[in-house]
Amino acid sequence: MSDAALSSPGAVRAEAPPPLLPLDVRSLTLQLGGTAILDGVDLSLGAGGCTVLMGPNGAGKSLLLKVLHGLMAPSGGTVSWNGAAPRAATPRQALVFQKPVLLRRSVAANLDFVLRARGKDRDRRAGLLDHVGLGHKARQPARLLSGGEQQRLALARALATDPEVLLLDEPTASLDPASVAAIEAIVGTARDAGTRILFVTHDTGQARRIADEVVFLHRGRVAEQGPAARFFPVPASRPARDYLDGRLVV
Amino acid sequence: MQNLGEAFALALSLVASGDPDLLEIVALSLRVSLSATALACLLGLPLGALVATARFRGRGIVLVVMNALMGLPPVVVGLLVYIHLSRSGPLGFLGLLYTPGAMILAQTILIAPIVAALSRQVLEDLHVEYAEQFRSFCLTRRQVIGALLWDARYALLTVGLAGFGRAVAEVGAVIVVGGNIDHLTRVMTTAIALETSKGDLPLALALGIILLVLALGVNAAVQALRMTAARSAYV
Repeated sequence: MSDAALSSPGAVRAEAPPPLLPLDVRSLTLQLGGTAILDGVDLSLGAGGCTVLMGPNGAGKSLLLKVLHGLMAPSGGTVSWNGAAPRAATPRQALVFQKPVLLRRSVAANLDFVLRARGKDRDRRAGLLDHVGLGHKARQPARLLSGGEQQRLALARALATDPEVLLLDEPTASLDPASVAAIEAIVGTARDAGTRILFVTHDTGQARRIADEVVFLHRGRVAEQGPAARFFPVPASRPARDYLDGRLVV
Repeated sequence: MQNLGEAFALALSLVASGDPDLLEIVALSLRVSLSATALACLLGLPLGALVATARFRGRGIVLVVMNALMGLPPVVVGLLVYIHLSRSGPLGFLGLLYTPGAMILAQTILIAPIVAALSRQVLEDLHVEYAEQFRSFCLTRRQVIGALLWDARYALLTVGLAGFGRAVAEVGAVIVVGGNIDHLTRVMTTAIALETSKGDLPLALALGIILLVLALGVNAAVQALRMTAARSAYV
């Protein structure tokens, strides 16, 4: 892929704003219908690398991602992207949802829409589509793509915004191994280009492959955060140990 | 039943002969109703989109009013337009009364609420699906509305069709503001009303059959377009 198509964060900004990281989350709570989904999350993220957010179903991973991205307002606590509130930081991030929401248009038009809306150069479309392996499907209706292709298109749209932070909410759930590998490769390239990755997954094997750091969420709290090289061989918390051993974590 | 058979034969002979009076009436009917539909879409679609995407105090009341206005009685609309366009009315200076312009205005008022209310529902359903993604893209309201209108375009065709159906079949408003003047404001429905009152039921029925065929033709064309779009998953 050309450098122009996949520019590194900050490369296209004439006057670079202060970096978005570090992220500092303190005592974050989120109540929905009287239930505490997030119950005092404390979390810090530095610049660079890929952090994998893991945890059992209902731990609050997806909602945490949405709060960090500014799509949901927390009930309490603070989220600070290097001093900026989540909503103010949203334009400098991109979120890839578990189920891609594609416009009822062609593959190319889906990408053009984002490039135009965000004031980006539309000449980058071909490069971005080639990068995610969809160059030959540019004219096809986006909603007729396979699940893996749809997710790659969603990823291309996210990358089109030149995000400093890329948030991914189980982007490979229900995909075949080839599609998983393709998406991991794209995410890896983005990380190598300097984009900070926060990746939610249930797949322990995938987490081992891509994670530089792991945050383990349990019952709406961070049970453990540490380097992947330490987390997988010797998880410090009981829920993480049970989870990695395949025992039911409630 | 005898009338019905006679009417079919008459309808066929009228169409086959290319009767100039009939063609004039059909052309005016289409011109008035299509113009009103276009104007109603210009007004109703943005309004529907705005209400679909906005959350504000009193929105529930607005929805009730929008839905209620779908049932506006044509004669009442005709009367209101008549009062406004009559020589002593506030818009009398326009000189529109008893012209196709007045009929277009009346039909626009009649069907704009239908377009607004139905498009609001279509666009709100789509917005529920897109909203989080659009917020993630940090789109402006204008960009959101533009994207919704474009992506719902085939569903909105059906909305427009509902408006057209109401307009082309309507008689109460156009007869009040148009006056059913031969060669000037006579359309299919007012002609049918006139022939019925004169007791020429076969001719009235023949005109009715032609009107039905016209409505069916427009519907079939839009349906074909929708099916093409559905095959491309654009619906």
